[in-house]
Amino acid sequence: MSFVSKRAAMLAACLSGLALTASAALADWQPTKPIEIIVPAGAGGASDQMARMMQAAIQNNKLSPTPIIVTLKGGANGGEGLMDMLGSPGDPYKMVISNSAIYTLPLANKLPFDWRKLTPISILAFDNFVLWVNANAPYNTAQDLVAAMKKEPEGAYKMGGTGSKREDHILTAAVERIAGVKFSYIPYKSGGEAATQLVGDHIKVNVNNPSENVAVWRAGQVKALCVFDNEVMDYPAKVTADKSWKDIPTCKSQGIDFQWIMLRGVFLPSGVTPDQVAFYQTMLGKLVETAEFKEYLEKQALKPSDLKGAEMVKFLEKDEALYKDLMTQSGFVATN
Amino acid sequence: MEALDSLFHGFGVLLTFHNMALMLIGICLGILVGVLPGLGGPNGVAILLPLTFTMDPTSAIVLLSCIYWGALFGGAITSILFNIPGEAWSVATTFDGYPMAQKGEAAEALTAAFTASFVGSIVAVMLITFLAPWIASFALRFGPPEFFAVYMLTFCSFVGLGKEARHKIIISLTIGFLLAAVGMDTVSGELRMTFGSVELLRGFDFLVAVIGLFGISEILLAMEEHLAFKGQEAKIRLTVVWRTWMTLPRYWMTLLRSSAIGCWLGVTPGGAIAASFMGYNLAKRFSRDGAQFGKGKIEGVLAPETAAHAAGTSALLPMLALGIPGSGTAAVLLGGLMVWGLQPGPLLFVEQKDFVWGLIASMYLGNIAGLIIVLATVPLFASVLRVPFATIAPMIIVSCAVGAFAVQNAMFDIWLMLGFGIVGYVFKKIGIPLAPMTLALVLGDKAEDAFRQSMIGLDGGLGIFWSNKLVGTITTLALIMLFWPLIGKLFDMIRGSGRTPAGAASSETSRP
Repeated sequence: MSFVSKRAAMLAACLSGLALTASAALADWQPTKPIEIIVPAGAGGASDQMARMMQAAIQNNKLSPTPIIVTLKGGANGGEGLMDMLGSPGDPYKMVISNSAIYTLPLANKLPFDWRKLTPISILAFDNFVLWVNANAPYNTAQDLVAAMKKEPEGAYKMGGTGSKREDHILTAAVERIAGVKFSYIPYKSGGEAATQLVGDHIKVNVNNPSENVAVWRAGQVKALCVFDNEVMDYPAKVTADKSWKDIPTCKSQGIDFQWIMLRGVFLPSGVTPDQVAFYQTMLGKLVETAEFKEYLEKQALKPSDLKGAEMVKFLEKDEALYKDLMTQSGFVATN
Repeated sequence: MEALDSLFHGFGVLLTFHNMALMLIGICLGILVGVLPGLGGPNGVAILLPLTFTMDPTSAIVLLSCIYWGALFGGAITSILFNIPGEAWSVATTFDGYPMAQKGEAAEALTAAFTASFVGSIVAVMLITFLAPWIASFALRFGPPEFFAVYMLTFCSFVGLGKEARHKIIISLTIGFLLAAVGMDTVSGELRMTFGSVELLRGFDFLVAVIGLFGISEILLAMEEHLAFKGQEAKIRLTVVWRTWMTLPRYWMTLLRSSAIGCWLGVTPGGAIAASFMGYNLAKRFSRDGAQFGKGKIEGVLAPETAAHAAGTSALLPMLALGIPGSGTAAVLLGGLMVWGLQPGPLLFVEQKDFVWGLIASMYLGNIAGLIIVLATVPLFASVLRVPFATIAPMIIVSCAVGAFAVQNAMFDIWLMLGFGIVGYVFKKIGIPLAPMTLALVLGDKAEDAFRQSMIGLDGGLGIFWSNKLVGTITTLALIMLFWPLIGKLFDMIRGSGRTPAGAASSETSRP
């Protein structure tokens, strides 16, 4: 649900933007009115946090001559925000922060959306997925967990995740196939909910992103078993009393050979001009160098990325094919 | 006591000229957005959020949370004066607040509402001050079955204790459930009843529905009936505040009960809206003259306001301690916390003492300052009733439209609001209560999710609702509430008294 008033937010953005002087960006095209960041997710979620961080970093470092506004359009798991972008061709004042919903919504819900109808700008970061269990659970590795699960009837272990037929659910299905086990998957509204449900022992496992579980991890309420990536996360600073993100082993090393990362990228609507694209690429290029952005990456344990232009398109195509394949195998693709 | 030490430390952080000034600004802005139907706390907070990025976190949260307190106070004003809830949680305040205003007791009703808000908030803040760690761990015991039981309790108390005919309450509830189901279904991940329309993707927002059902329909009725607001002849003096206060101590039980309900529903995310309805219904049930409710009884204003504000305040606790927002405003504040570099969660209370206790101290001072400000303005607001209807009605409609638009920045929602306005008008005419529909629209989706989540897994079956003491107690309580009219009859039969059964004396509507 979004409570942000665009008009009102514009007013505030104007107030706060009065102090901004012209940006030093050298691109030919310059915005002459406020830029809107569309967040296809609810207030307080990961995309919203990213948008707020970008808003603060861009304004504090004067990367744009005009203010930045954040608009939440989280209806239908973000479908509302994506369709809004689709319906704004040629508007260079709207950018959307998207995640893998750009593949799952058209596939699972037959939403008439295609990321090819937007203009990809850049992927700012990738989010990891970690296998988490309650701190009091008797197992310390993925093997322990799988072995424990095989002793119980199928579906005795509850896995919680964000939504249905989305990244958490797809990952769960993949883990089930690889490890030969079966979870009862419980869809929640948000990763935060899945985190507290794990702490309260209402579910046995979740596959939250690092940022969704970091607070309860630091409080010693959950344990991280492994990360679904080919290499460990590159943040050696201690997060809990004795563990850093880097200390979490890969799931590959624990017998679940599966890589699963989620993009956090920026798109403009279709039909924008090359110098408008250049402006945004320059601005975001400077954004990722700011102290705010680096601190944000570390706090949320995100993988930095500099994919843009043709490379980004190549990645998106490969990623989409992977989603399509996995979702078809799990029966998540809408057929009728 | 450690909590007291921390609290005094918090006051120390707060009591600078800078922070006090921000507090007053926040409250005044909050009252302003609270008064305007449609615009609410979440809007006010979201508008000012970007301004706080460069502030230190404590000043920022003081400013933003005070907007929230202000909005909590302000929501009651239009409910009482025009029968139009300024906020969704003030719907129940209209039931008795508006009849009081019609009787010329607008100032009394406003005073009661503001004082009740204050009491509710203070009880909730005290709870946060002294019991925060315990409550946070209590909230963790809530899984899907427990959540469903709480929602069911809310619905059942509505059906069992409502004053309208049961079938009409159920009709209204069912329509609410139907509308709540539109959009993305969490459990199956499918779109439902969107019919390929992009506008329907986000489902029906209850704020738009509330604005239409209560605001627009009221204007339509007023135009048809008398083209004027009743109650203008009220004499308004500041001494009214004092006189009203003198009568309040005798309602201590109502205040206490509503505070407890509010705190309970604020921590377990039933929310302020459910709390206000439950507070009202229970007060009516346990009051000595429950039959007078809906005709302008001061208890009917006190009960929902206390509960709503206790819930609104205690909703901040799960946000701080668990990172789960208990309300829309809390969700926006959560986004703010991240930008200020704070990580909500169990360690926030340990690592950010200045921030947490500064915030808690600001809840005390903010509510006291808020109470003084709103009470001082009672004569001003009450005299709004003397403004001719023809002047004020268009202003209300514009404010409603702005509010409906602001929820999602969607023009479609303004049409939706008008549609709901007509539905509200028709329902008021044929005596179908609107409140159950609103409640179902707010909680229906969550209740459905919780029920279906409970059914997943090997233990999924109706037995799960009695699988432990906590959920078993709530479920049983819910069933008692549902069958209360029958149980009440049974009691009467046993006692052999000839009291009228609760269900039979159902007057159809609250309208005179």
